[in-house]
Amino acid sequence: MSRAEADVATGTDAGAGAPAAGAGPAAETPGTPEGSGTPTASRTARALWSLGLFRGELRIVFRRWRTAALLGVLAAIPVLVGIAVKFQTRGDRQGAGDGPAFIADVTNNGLFLVFTSLAVTLPFFLPMAVGVVAGDSVAGEANAGTLRYLLVAPAGRTRLLLTKYATVLVFCGVATLVVALAALATGAALFPFGDVTLISGQTVSLGDGLLRALAIAGVVAVSLVGIAALGLFVSTLTDSAIAAMATTVGVLLTVQILGAVPQLHAVQPYLFPHYWMSFADLLRAPAIGSAIARNAGLQALYAAVFVSAAWARLTTRDVTA
Amino acid sequence: MDGPPAPAIDTRGLTKRFRGGQFAVRGLDLTVPRGSVFGFLGPNGSGKTTTIRMLLGLIEPTSGGARVLGEPMPRAARQVLPRVGALIEGPALYGFLTGRENLLRYDAADPTADPATRTARVGAALERVGLGAASAKKARVYSLGMKQRLGLARALLRPRELLVLDEPTNGLDPQGMREIRTLVREVAAEGTTVFLSSHLLDEIEQVCTHAAVMSRGELVVQGEVAELSAGARGRLAVTTPDVADAVRVLKEHGLTDVGADADRVTGELPQPAADVAELNAALVAAGVRVRAFGTERASLEDAFVALTGEGFDVAG
Repeated sequence: MSRAEADVATGTDAGAGAPAAGAGPAAETPGTPEGSGTPTASRTARALWSLGLFRGELRIVFRRWRTAALLGVLAAIPVLVGIAVKFQTRGDRQGAGDGPAFIADVTNNGLFLVFTSLAVTLPFFLPMAVGVVAGDSVAGEANAGTLRYLLVAPAGRTRLLLTKYATVLVFCGVATLVVALAALATGAALFPFGDVTLISGQTVSLGDGLLRALAIAGVVAVSLVGIAALGLFVSTLTDSAIAAMATTVGVLLTVQILGAVPQLHAVQPYLFPHYWMSFADLLRAPAIGSAIARNAGLQALYAAVFVSAAWARLTTRDVTA
Repeated sequence: MDGPPAPAIDTRGLTKRFRGGQFAVRGLDLTVPRGSVFGFLGPNGSGKTTTIRMLLGLIEPTSGGARVLGEPMPRAARQVLPRVGALIEGPALYGFLTGRENLLRYDAADPTADPATRTARVGAALERVGLGAASAKKARVYSLGMKQRLGLARALLRPRELLVLDEPTNGLDPQGMREIRTLVREVAAEGTTVFLSSHLLDEIEQVCTHAAVMSRGELVVQGEVAELSAGARGRLAVTTPDVADAVRVLKEHGLTDVGADADRVTGELPQPAADVAELNAALVAAGVRVRAFGTERASLEDAFVALTGEGFDVAG
C-alpha cells in the first residue's frame, strides 16, 4: 500500500496541470462557452433547460406505441357509445331509463355524448390510462436503465420527479380531451346539435353548452390529479414498470370497490374518486361549485401527499438498476 | 485548502454494505491522479460497479466518503457531474427514439448544457463514435456495439474533465474493442482523466497508465501499471532438445520455479536480475543446444496472481 501512496504522489505531479478544485474547468476545456463557472450563461441556460427536459419527457411519453394505443382505446369508447345509442334507441324516442348519465339526452343533442362519454370513462378507463403512464414514469426509466444516465447527466432527482409529474398531468389533460373530442365528433356525426337543455331545466345556447363541455373536461382532468400522484409514488418504489402499473391500477380498482360498499360510508369522502361525478353540477344554472371545489381540494391533497412521498423515496434511494 | 490540483477521484474508507449485511465495498482508499488513464480491475462481483455508482452519486455510501474532481460526492453532484462523462454497466437507451433523439434527451437533462449548441454537440458526438450514418435509426435496431458507441457518445456530449467507463468493451468484437481503446487514448490525450473498469487485464495493460485491483470488495493494490508489472519477476524461456541439462544449468545459476515440458524450459529469473546473456553462454558451454532463448515480460496478470494468489477469472 505504501508503494501505491508514493505512486499517487508522482501521478499527481504528472497530472494534466488541472486547476485547483473550484476554479472551474476553463483551463481544460478551452473554447466551451457553457463552462459551469459563468453565472450569466448558466442562468439563461437553466430556464431553457427546464423546458428542454420537459419537452424530452413529453416526447418519450407521447412517442410510444403504448400511449397511442391507450389514447386510441379512449377515443373508441365515445364512438362505441354513440353507435350503440344510435341503434338501440331508433324508433324508441323515450330512450333507456337506466344507463350512464345523460345517455337518454344524447339522441336529442349530440353534445350530450361528450358528457356521457366522460361519465363512462371517468370511473375506470381514464384513471387506468393515467395509472399506466404514471406507474411507468420512474419505474420504466429504472427498468430500462435510463434513470441512472438521467441522474448522472445530472437531471437532479427533484427536478426529474417534478418534470415527470408535470408530464403525467399533461397526459391527464390530453386523455380527457381525446375522449371529449372523439365524443364531440361522434355526436356531431350521428345526432342533431342545437340548444342545450340543462339538468335544472333551463335551455342555453349551443355556444354556452360547448363552453360548459370544455369546463367539464377541465374538471374531469383535475379529477385525475390524485391517481396521477399515486401512480408516480408507486413508480418510485420499484424497478419494474409492469409491477408499478399493475399496482396503481389495482389500487384504483380497490378504491372504486370500497367506494361502492355502503358500510364504508365513513371513509368514502376521503377516497380520491368520491367527488368525481361532481362535474355534472356544471350542467345546472346557476352551476353549483361546492362539490367541484371539494373534488379539487381532495385531488390537491392526494397530489401533495403522494408527490411528497415520491420525492422522499426517490431522493434517498440507491439507484442500482 | 489544496495547493496542487485535487485528484480526479479520491475516496477515504468508502464502504457500502447492502441490506443483507454483506459488504459490496469495504474501506476503499482509492486515489486517481489527474490526467491518468486509470484501470479499475477486478473479477465480476468484486465491487467495481458499486464503487462507480457511489462515485457518481447513484448509491449512498454506508460510511466513508468520496471526492470527485475535488468536490464531495454526492453533495456536490450538481457541480461535479456536468464535468463527468459516464458509461455505467452498459448503455441504456430509449429504443423507440433514434440515436440522435436519445442524445438530445440526455443532453437536455443536463441543466448546464447550452441548448443553443445542443444540436451541434450531439452531431459531433455521433460523428466521433462513428454513428453519424446511423443517427436517424431507432436505437432498438442498433447492434450491441452500436448501442455501446451511442453510450460513449452520450459520455462525450461535452468536453469532460473525467470520463468514467464501466466495462466499455463488453459485448464488442475485437475491431470494436480496438476502436474504443483508440478513443480512450484520444480523450486522454486531450487531458481528460479516464477511469476505466474492466475484468480484462490485457485491456487495462494496453491503455492504462495506472491501475487498481479490487477483490471481494476490497482494494488489493493501486499504482502505476509499469510498477505493478515490475512487481512480478520476469521468466526466462529456453527451447532446447537437451532439456535435462538445461534444467540443471539454470538451477545452478539461481533460477527458481524451473519447469520443463517436451522441449521447453522456463524459470523465474533471480532478483537482482542476472545477465541473461551470461545464462545463454553458460548453457552453451555446458553443451546444451539452444534453439530459442528469451525472457517473457511479466504481465499484469502475473502481478495479479502474485498479489492475490488466485486466478483472475475466479469470481469474488
